Amino acid sequence: MSFYFAQFLTGLSSASSLFLVACGLSLIFGVTRVVNFAHGSFYMLGAYVAYALVQFVPGSILGFWGSVLAAALIVALVGVVVEILILKRIYNAPELYQLVATFGVVLLMQDAILLIFGGDDQFGPRAPGLDSVVRVFGEPIPEYDLVLIALGPIVLGALWLLLNRTRWGILVRAATLDREMVASLGVNQSWLFTTVFFLGSFLAGLGGALQLPRVSINLLMDLSIIAEAFVVVVIGGMGSIPGAFIAALLIGELNAFGVLVLPQATIVLAFVVMAVVLVIRPYGLLGKAETLAHVAGQVELPIRPASTLAKSIAGLLLIGLVVMPFLAGEFAIVLATDVLIFALFAASLHFIMSNGGMVSFGHAAYFGLGAYGAAFVIKYAGGSMELALLAAPLMAAAGALIFGWFCVRLSGVYMAMLTLAAAQIVWSTAYQWQDLTGGDDGLLGIWPSEWAKSKTAYYYLALVLCGGGILAMRRMIFSPFGYTLRGGRDNPNRTESIGINLRQHQWAAFIIAGVFAGIAGGVYVFSKGSIFPDEAAIPRSVDALVMVLLGGVQTLSGPVVGAGVFRLLEDEISRLDYWRAILGVIIISIVVIAPEGIAGFIKKIAVKAGFERNEEQAS
Amino acid sequence: MSDPVLSVRNLSKSFGGLKAVSDVSFDLAKGELLALIGPNGAGKTTCFNMLNGQLRADAGQVRLNGTSILGLNPRRVWRMGVGRTFQITATYASMTVRENVQMALISHHRKTWDIWRPASGLHVEEAMQLLDLVGMREQAERAAAILAYGDLKRLELAIALAHAPELLLMDEPTAGMAPRERVRLMQLTADIVAERGISVLFTEHDMDVVFSHAHRIMVLNRGELIASGSVDDVRNDARVQEVYLGGGTLFEGQAHG
Ligand SMILES: Nc1ncnc2c1ncn2[C@@H]1O[C@H](COP(=O)(O)OP(=O)(O)O)[C@@H](O)[C@H]1O
Ligand SMILES: [Mg+2]
Repeated sequence: MSFYFAQFLTGLSSASSLFLVACGLSLIFGVTRVVNFAHGSFYMLGAYVAYALVQFVPGSILGFWGSVLAAALIVALVGVVVEILILKRIYNAPELYQLVATFGVVLLMQDAILLIFGGDDQFGPRAPGLDSVVRVFGEPIPEYDLVLIALGPIVLGALWLLLNRTRWGILVRAATLDREMVASLGVNQSWLFTTVFFLGSFLAGLGGALQLPRVSINLLMDLSIIAEAFVVVVIGGMGSIPGAFIAALLIGELNAFGVLVLPQATIVLAFVVMAVVLVIRPYGLLGKAETLAHVAGQVELPIRPASTLAKSIAGLLLIGLVVMPFLAGEFAIVLATDVLIFALFAASLHFIMSNGGMVSFGHAAYFGLGAYGAAFVIKYAGGSMELALLAAPLMAAAGALIFGWFCVRLSGVYMAMLTLAAAQIVWSTAYQWQDLTGGDDGLLGIWPSEWAKSKTAYYYLALVLCGGGILAMRRMIFSPFGYTLRGGRDNPNRTESIGINLRQHQWAAFIIAGVFAGIAGGVYVFSKGSIFPDEAAIPRSVDALVMVLLGGVQTLSGPVVGAGVFRLLEDEISRLDYWRAILGVIIISIVVIAPEGIAGFIKKIAVKAGFERNEEQAS
Repeated sequence: MSDPVLSVRNLSKSFGGLKAVSDVSFDLAKGELLALIGPNGAGKTTCFNMLNGQLRADAGQVRLNGTSILGLNPRRVWRMGVGRTFQITATYASMTVRENVQMALISHHRKTWDIWRPASGLHVEEAMQLLDLVGMREQAERAAAILAYGDLKRLELAIALAHAPELLLMDEPTAGMAPRERVRLMQLTADIVAERGISVLFTEHDMDVVFSHAHRIMVLNRGELIASGSVDDVRNDARVQEVYLGGGTLFEGQAHG
C-alpha cells in the first residue's frame, strides 16, 4: 500500500512539472492560436540557463532559487524576441505555416544551445536544503518532489488570480473566447500577444529550470517534453488552464502507475488516452468548440490539367531521370534515389493536406510503418524484397485505417494533434518494443534482392514505384474522389448537403496517403539497409511538411520540387557543423517571405510572363 | 387536392430554455411556393435545419410524400429529393462554376468513389444546361471565389437543382442582393419550379418578393406559427400587423433597409 502511495506522489510531482510547461503552451494557443512547437525549446533553454547560472555565477549570489527565477525571466525575454521577430508576421497564416515556422525555431535553438553549452549531458546541483528524502509510510520520497507537488496548485492559483482579477487577465480570457471581439474593443492586440508570450515562455523556462535537481539535462529535452505537453494541452482542451491541470494529473499518474503495469508502453499509453478523450470529447475535457472560423489563408484557385509548358517540363524531367544513371556517378544515383523516395512521401502528405484539407503533423507514422513492415518480412518471415515491398503499404494502410478512423472525426488543430499523437504511438512502439524492432539499435541488414542490388538497378526500381505513385495520386486529385476531398476542404457543409459522406471519403484518402507513404518507407529501408525509430519521429514528420511547404502547398508539382530541393539542400548543409540552425533559418524564411513555395513562385512568374493561363483572363 | 409533398406536424425545438420552434404544423402541395416569414430570430432557419436533417428535432413529424424523414441525416434527406440553398452561400471556392455544379451531379450519379476518370469530363452537358437555366453559362469557367454575390446565389440554385429535387428549401435566397436583382432571381426560381413541378419552401424578408411570388404565406413569431393563408389573408391579419407593424418589431426587410 505504502509503495502505491509513494508512486502516487511521484505521479503528482511529474504532473506539476508537466502542468508548468503545458499551461504556458495552452495560454499561448488560447490567445494567439499558434501551436508553438518551440515551447519545448524554451523549456530546455530554461534548464540550461539555470544550470549555467548556478554553476558559473560567482559566489552564488543568486542561489538556487534565484537562478531558477532568473533563468525563467531570461527565457521569457527570448520568447518575446521570437514572438516579435517571427510569430508576429505569421499570425494570420494557416496552422501549417505557423507550426513549421515554430519548428524552425526548435532547430535554431537546438544548435544555439549546442554551441553555447556543448552536447554532453549536464547534471545540475541539488536544491539547497531539499537534498534528502522524507519517509512517507516508510517509503523514501525526495523532499524536492514534495516542493514540486505544492508548486503545481500554487501556479494554478496564481494564474487564476491573474486571469480573473486583473484587467490584463480579463483581456486574455476574452481573447481566448473570441479574438475578433478583443480587436473590436480597441485593445492593442499586438501588445496583448507579446505579453502572453512573455508569460507562456516564462512558465516554460520555469518548468525547465526546476528540472535541474531531478534529471540530467540534454539536447533531447525539447521534443520529448513538447510531445507530452501537447498531449496534456489537447486532453485538457486547448486554451483551458484548469483543463491542463486536470490533464497533467491524469498523465502524471498514468505514467507513474502505467510503468508498473506496462513498462514498455508508457509513452503509448498517454497517446492512447488522448485519442480516446478526443473521440469522446472532440475539444478536450474543458475545451470549447472553436468559435473562430479557421484561418483561410490564400484563396485557392481551381486546379487545371497541366499546361503544355508544364507537361514539357515534366517530360524533360522524366527523360532526365531515366538517362541520369548513364551520366552521373554512384553518389548522385544514391542521392537521386533518396529524392524519389521523399518526393513520394511528400506527395502522399500533399494529397490529404493540400487537396483534402486534413493537416497531418504525424505523417512519418506511415513512412515508419511501411519501413518496419518491409523490415519485418525480411527479418522474421524470411521473405523476399518483393514480398517486403508489398507488406510495406499493407502495414502502413493498416495503421492509417485505425488512426484515420479517429482523425477524420476531428478537424483543424485537433485533427493535427491527433495525427501527431498517432505518429508518437508508432515511434514509441518502435522505440520501446525492443524484441520486435531492436529499439534504438534498429534492424540492420535489410538489403534488396539480387537483381536490384546495384545502385543503378535500385534507382530504377525506386523510379518506377515512386514515380508511379506520384502520378497515380496526381490522377486521383483530378478524379471525382479527389474533387470530393477538395470540396470537403472548401466547404464541408455543402459537401454533406449534396449527399456526400465526407468522413468516409476522408478516411479513404487517409488510407490511400498511408499506402503511398508506406511504399516510400519500404523503398527507403532497402536503400539504406536498415531502419531506426527515428524514421517515425517528429523531425521526420516535419521533413514532410517542410518539403510540401518548400515546393508550395497549393501547387500540384510542389511536393516533387520541394523534396528535390530539400534533399539536395540537406545533403549540402548536413556536412556543416550547425546545419540544424541553417535549416531552421531557411524554414523560417520560407514561411515568412515566400509562403507560396518554390513551385508556386515559379508558377506566378510564368503567369506574369504569359506562359501560363491566368485565372482572371480565363473568364 | 392531391396529397401534400411535405407534411409537417408539431415540429418543435428548444435551445436550453429558448423555444426556437414550437408546435409548427403545415402542408406543402406539389408545385406550391410557400413563404415562411417572420422577424429575425423567429426560428425560420431552425425549421429548415430540422427539415433537412442538419438539426435533430425535439418532437414532431415530417413526411415527404408520406415517408417520414425526421431524424435522417442531411445526406439521406438530399437523396430522397430535397434540395437546399443556404442563407450564407455555400459553394466550393477553389472550383469553377461548372465544377461546382458537376460536383452535385457526380454525387447524384454516385460517382464520388471513382478515383481514376478525370472529373472535369463528367456530366458536362447536364451541368451546362443547369447553368443555362439560371443564366450562368457565360461564367461557367470562372472560379467561384471571384463571383459577385448575386451570381453565387444563382450558382447555389443550379447546384440545388442538380439532383432534380422534388422539394427545394431556400433560406433567404435573395439576402444581400440589390432589390431589383432580388425580384429577378425569385422570378427565375418561380419559372423554373413551375416548369418542373418542384415545391418550394422559402424564407424571405423582402416583402415585395414574398407578396409577388408566394402562393401562400406562413408567419412565424418566436417559434410559433401565428398566421397562414393567401397573400391577402396574411396582409390583413391583425396579429401579423401587430407583430410586424404595430408592435415595434419591424420587418427584417425594413430593418435592413
Ligand atoms: N445552435 C443554436 N444554439 C442556441 N440557440 C440557437 C441556435 N440556433 C438558433 N438559435 C436561436 O434560436 C432562435 C431562432 O433562430 P433562427 O432559426 O436562426 O431564426 P431566423 O432564421 O428566423 O432568423 C434565435 O433566438 C437564435 O438565437
Ligand atoms: Mg435565418
